Amino acid sequence: MIRLEGINKTYYNGSPLHVLKGINLQVERGELVSIMGASGSGKSTLLNILGILDDYDSGDYYLNNVLIKDLSENKAAEYRNRMIGFIFQSFNLISFKNAMENVALPLYYQNISRKKRNILALEYLDRMGLKEHAYHLPSEMSGGQKQRVAIARALISKPQIILADEPTGALDSETTQEVMDLLKEVNREGMTLVVVTHERDIAMQTHKIVHIKDGIIGEIEMMK
Amino acid sequence: MRSMLTAFGVFWGIFMLVIMSGAGWGLENGIMSGVKDFAHNSCYFFTNRTTVAYDGFRKGRWWSLHSSDMEVLKQSFPEIRLISPILFGTWSEKNTMRGDKYGTYSIKGLSPDYQYIEPQTMLYGRYINNVDILNTRKVCVIGKRVYEEMFQPGENPLGQLLQINGIAYSVVGVNIPVTQIQIGGRSEESIILPFSTMQQSYRRGDNIDCIALAAYDSTPVSEIEDVIKNVLKKQNHISPDDLQAVMSMNVEKEFTMFNNLFSGISWLIWIVGTGTLLAGIVGVSNIMLVTVKERTKEIGIRRALGARPRTIIIQIMGESLLLTSVAGFAGLAAGVGLLQLVDMMLQSVPSETMFFRSPQISFGTAMAATAVLLIAGMLAGMLPAWRALQIKAIDAIREE
Repeated sequence: MIRLEGINKTYYNGSPLHVLKGINLQVERGELVSIMGASGSGKSTLLNILGILDDYDSGDYYLNNVLIKDLSENKAAEYRNRMIGFIFQSFNLISFKNAMENVALPLYYQNISRKKRNILALEYLDRMGLKEHAYHLPSEMSGGQKQRVAIARALISKPQIILADEPTGALDSETTQEVMDLLKEVNREGMTLVVVTHERDIAMQTHKIVHIKDGIIGEIEMMK
Repeated sequence: MRSMLTAFGVFWGIFMLVIMSGAGWGLENGIMSGVKDFAHNSCYFFTNRTTVAYDGFRKGRWWSLHSSDMEVLKQSFPEIRLISPILFGTWSEKNTMRGDKYGTYSIKGLSPDYQYIEPQTMLYGRYINNVDILNTRKVCVIGKRVYEEMFQPGENPLGQLLQINGIAYSVVGVNIPVTQIQIGGRSEESIILPFSTMQQSYRRGDNIDCIALAAYDSTPVSEIEDVIKNVLKKQNHISPDDLQAVMSMNVEKEFTMFNNLFSGISWLIWIVGTGTLLAGIVGVSNIMLVTVKERTKEIGIRRALGARPRTIIIQIMGESLLLTSVAGFAGLAAGVGLLQLVDMMLQSVPSETMFFRSPQISFGTAMAATAVLLIAGMLAGMLPAWRALQIKAIDAIREE
């Protein structure tokens, strides 16, 4: 599903910072993978490259056997929209739109009619157990509810993979487990997930843990 | 609230543009309606002391035009459409009497052509005609004011006698001037005699004071003005080098000047108006920049979820277009409304010497203003939209 071959990335703000130094990684369809690493290890940069939010200097990145390299803004936007679902630590819901509209947003960029996308959005919210919160604004919901809205939003465009950046970082331990259970359930239904985290407990619940340190992949722990 | 305040800049810009161009148009309308019926393509020739000695005459001599000069001009210039002499009566107090009424008026001797150079409408009777000229009839056409002062209201003046400088003339018509341009005293307060009668009664021989002529529209009178001057000089023993002996007043040039003045005014209005508008646009652009900055995160999220650059541009541009056009059309409506109000007020107070009339903006101006608005909205949105495009999804999402 994901194939990274010799990915290099250097940032040039003032002094050049070589963040990723030749990353090779393979993620199979249906896998639940976690990436762990200290801050500054390059794990967020890696996630940005996986999410086509950032480009890389050298190497090859295949997503579902499509080479993701030197894309135009339009192409990148389209791939992000159709192939990748994002879940963020700070939820990143649009504050003046209600839960349903937030969930429906990716479909808006696929030019699907308002009626159709709202029906789908309600369906996904129902699966997250949030049907009665469909018309609430993000500010009227708890952290766990917000993250569930974000998960519904990530799922609605039926992407190839879901990238989660510290999905439980802003949640208490109880809701953390709820969200993790939800993600695991999504994975059981066949979705490929990549979770970036620095919490050992979270990583332990995934199929394999990829340790990244100083821009190179160290140990890969297979769980189970 | 903030957007409203900014939009007010655009509102004000368009409002000012409409008001000013309406006012400019009103001024032009007012002045031009007073003069537009005057024969544009006309010129007046009159005499001055000679400044060059010539043909046995000393310099500094007073001289006079003659009826014969008119005939010569008529024959040598087929371009001349209308020609009339003007004789001015010597000014004297209470020169006109009827019964126990008397008044002081200016007396002019003219030919029938003159009514087409300086148009008149007839309240009673007719204008001077060619038979009056040929037979040197003792008839007169009086101005409206003269009629009001010498006759009872509603009284028929036709055939009545007026004593003018001691000679009785029968009234054949009462005229009202159509235009505000009146040469040689106000037409309303003038008495017109056939010029031949006037030459006789006032012992002026063949002399006339002034020649008024109008050319056909195909020939601008400026083109023949100097040639006519030369002919007049030749006829009257004036040196061809004498630049001051024959004077002329070219109405065409005056009209051109007026037209230039008005186009100048309208240019000025557009420059000032668009300047004001520009200030409004800069305001809108500025506020949109702030908005984009505030919405960095939202735009970032949208981009992460697959919004194309075009979608973002349309969103920002659309917002600025909406803001400017709503404000602009409000300004347009308010401006047109105010002009309408002023127009209504002006019409309820009728005045003869109105120099300001029907202040309105033409459909073309309104269309131009609309076009300016739409372009303005686009321009205002361009910089903010470009800024929004520079937002990278990662940075926006990182921003906690």
